[in-house]
Amino acid sequence: MIKFLKKFYLSIILVFLYVPIIVLIIQSFNAGKSRAKWEGFSLKWYGELFADASIMNALQVTLSIAVLAMVVSTVLGTLAAIGIYSMKKRPQAMMMTLTNLPNTMPDIVTGISLMLLFIFTKVERGYVTMLLAHITFDVPYVILSVLPKLKQMNKHCYEAALDLGATPTYALTHVIIPECKQGIITGAMLAFTLSLDDFTISYFTTSPLVQNLSTLIYSKARIGIEPTLNALSALMFVALLILLLIVNRRTADNSKA
Amino acid sequence: MKKLICILLLLALMLPVCASAQEVVNVFNWEDYIDETVLEQFEQETGIHVNYMRFTTNEDMMVQVEANPGAFDICFPSEYMVERMLNKGLLAEIDYSVIPNAQYILDALRNPDYDANNAHSVPYMWGTVGILYNTEMVVGTVDSWDILWNENLKNDVFMMDSIRDSMGITLKYLGYSMNTRDIIALETAKQKLIEQKQKGIVKAYQVDETKDKMVAGEAALAVMWSGDAQYAIDLNPKLAYCIPKEGSNVWVDCMVVPKNAKNYDNAMKFIDFLCRPDIAQKNCEAIWYSSPNSGAIELMGTAYTDNYVMNPTDEEIARCEYFHDIDETFMPIYTALWQEVKNAK
Amino acid sequence: MRYDMSLPWWAWALMGAGLIAFIAMIAASIRRNNGVKRSLFAAPYTLWMILFTVVPVILIAYYAFTDASGAFTLDNFRHFWDSNYTKNQLYASLGPEAAAFITRGTVNVDTLVYSLWMAFLCTVISLLLGYPAALFMADRQMKLGPSLVVLFIIPMWMNFLLRTIAWMSLLEDQGLINQFLRWLGFDGVKLMYNSGAVLLGMVYNFLPFMVFPIYTVLSKQDPKLGEAAQDLGCNELKTFTKVTLPLSLPGVISGITMVFMPSVTTFFIPRMLGGGNSMMFGDLIELNFLTEGNWNVGSALSLIMMILILVSLSILRKADPKGEGGGMV
Repeated sequence: MIKFLKKFYLSIILVFLYVPIIVLIIQSFNAGKSRAKWEGFSLKWYGELFADASIMNALQVTLSIAVLAMVVSTVLGTLAAIGIYSMKKRPQAMMMTLTNLPNTMPDIVTGISLMLLFIFTKVERGYVTMLLAHITFDVPYVILSVLPKLKQMNKHCYEAALDLGATPTYALTHVIIPECKQGIITGAMLAFTLSLDDFTISYFTTSPLVQNLSTLIYSKARIGIEPTLNALSALMFVALLILLLIVNRRTADNSKA
Repeated sequence: MKKLICILLLLALMLPVCASAQEVVNVFNWEDYIDETVLEQFEQETGIHVNYMRFTTNEDMMVQVEANPGAFDICFPSEYMVERMLNKGLLAEIDYSVIPNAQYILDALRNPDYDANNAHSVPYMWGTVGILYNTEMVVGTVDSWDILWNENLKNDVFMMDSIRDSMGITLKYLGYSMNTRDIIALETAKQKLIEQKQKGIVKAYQVDETKDKMVAGEAALAVMWSGDAQYAIDLNPKLAYCIPKEGSNVWVDCMVVPKNAKNYDNAMKFIDFLCRPDIAQKNCEAIWYSSPNSGAIELMGTAYTDNYVMNPTDEEIARCEYFHDIDETFMPIYTALWQEVKNAK
Repeated sequence: MRYDMSLPWWAWALMGAGLIAFIAMIAASIRRNNGVKRSLFAAPYTLWMILFTVVPVILIAYYAFTDASGAFTLDNFRHFWDSNYTKNQLYASLGPEAAAFITRGTVNVDTLVYSLWMAFLCTVISLLLGYPAALFMADRQMKLGPSLVVLFIIPMWMNFLLRTIAWMSLLEDQGLINQFLRWLGFDGVKLMYNSGAVLLGMVYNFLPFMVFPIYTVLSKQDPKLGEAAQDLGCNELKTFTKVTLPLSLPGVISGITMVFMPSVTTFFIPRMLGGGNSMMFGDLIELNFLTEGNWNVGSALSLIMMILILVSLSILRKADPKGEGGGMV
């Protein structure tokens, strides 16, 4: 009985989380434009989605920035994590404070501070500034996922490699990096997702010309109903679900092997 | 690992490439304020690519123009914003020798007092501010701003989240000029707006969201720009529009070119293109505002001239007033008053 | 579409110089002691963070303490306390008639108090809803854990703006909930454009941030602890209050931080679901920057916000000195 109640409670919470999403997906098949009235099944919003240049542009901006920010921040963050790991205690603590600083700043303050930086240095806001901002908020997350893996690593492995004649560079690429590979991948995925989902920081660091999906949705939501956006989010949702299933299958296979 | 690199390379293909040599024009217009096929047509006819950007209120536009110098070649401010931009020395002169289609601009809109001889601005659209109401939800006739304070309409009125418009209509309702600098008038207007909010009449303060909500029947009344009103009436015949008897605001949105524009010549071509009667007609039919273009009006015929929203009578126009710029020394008063209204509980 | 990717020449110069310096430093250290000095690896990151985090924060402080002409002033903070500050000064100069209207404007302070109150409510509700959820998820007998975590994460993949808009179609007067009520024969209810709707939107968006850290801590807890407590005569309730709950506190604290911080500063949710009826502090900052173009006052507000959050974080840290709560997952 108690078990049933527990399950019931969890399902209520999950319903709460999923209802808007289901509504959104259903609406994407609504023939009419209205949010409330069902006017028959139709795929027309999906067709219009691919014809809408501003949405396609925003999609391109979002994905390309997410990829670029992920690559740069993973490299920068992994290097930094290795650096921080091999520092002495005092500088290490200082670097950790620096890394935690962006986490303690609300998004809106981060966004505004970067906007002020770009305006102050007279850098025209646009694609590049948005990318720089995304890298900035991504890197600390990469560091925070790589560092624990480094700490878990057996210190003697690296020394053993050196004793066996490996150069420090060789030991780095063949011992340290493979050891924290899992952390690097987690960090990269985290960076990608964060960049994909960011609204506030992008909003302040771009010009009206370069819009990512979030800022586009924000401006479109203010005009009125735009069912094409429902179609887009339904597609992205399904794509991510499939990706998740593939990843899950692969990890399951790996653990069997 | 190789697979990963493949995926990354594939994704890299989608990266936007560095700016090419193609001719562009950077246009900064209101949300939903053009027939977007016109942009494609312009690109086809001239080979100039249009970078199209949007804003919500005059004030938002001004902040962006000042914060991104050189980013915009054409903006679409309302007349009072044209005045402010002129006072700040932000605008370049229009070269009418390359805009032959300017001949179609209505005489009534030429040589306005906000910009002598239209030297820096070309009218794009004009319109009024009024009340859009749902005839099934409102009892009796609507002919006065009074109805915005009617307690029977609790939680049924959308107000405009735009400082000049909301303050302006309240001033007008109280019998003052929309451009008054009389402190007592302004403070009374603020009180009136706070009273309206405290009575629970206001449903929300918003701008572009309102029209679709009115179509859906979310509220009985909304303060609205004429074109948005016509858009809503077209989709929901139960809706009607009125310019209240106390008078209202009539405005002109103009095309202007900032001084630091990077593509001045292309901007001129774009302005000329939008002044061409067939293009002006297309835009007018897409957004339902009143056209300043005699050629377009001729092309549209009675569909335009018989429409009471798009083509208000002379008597209606006579009771309306243009906004004048409130300069930066006086603006803090307005801002503070409006913030108090928005903050009232 | 093609974007202008150009940066000013000095930006390229700066980046080039930084890269060359980094390579030179590495090379020098290789030559000196026959190996890379690995702590140098953090150099590019340090530089990056100084340029894009530390300098911008200093800029906020700079704008907060200067006026439009760049001269030092405390007026922006006076403006925080009295939102009519500039207006009152103008009134004072306009003669006795205007001076009669001089009053302290409470907009900024009210908004701050309201935001803190809303964020507090949101945190409490999320905690009340989220703690049991995390507890049940971590329940080993039910064997639900990891798969449920995924179910909690999936909704967060959908753009949060769109999810918030989806709530609108549920809550509107002609929305789905009201249609359903009318179909049942009830009168419609006004659900949109009030603090309740804003609160709902906030709880909806931030609830997972409360569930994850608590779940992480609970699932790492040694089940033997609970068994030991029961062997020693505790009933289930007592086991919970004496063992499970105190041990999960780090997760709770981390959850509180992760919910409270974004809720104080959110500005999209109140605008969409609250209809601009009551501003939150994020709205106010955005309004000052992007509508009024008043960067100095906006910076002062941001600075106040930042300090407030740092203070509350350090208080919370005191309760969890070891930082065991960890982050997400």
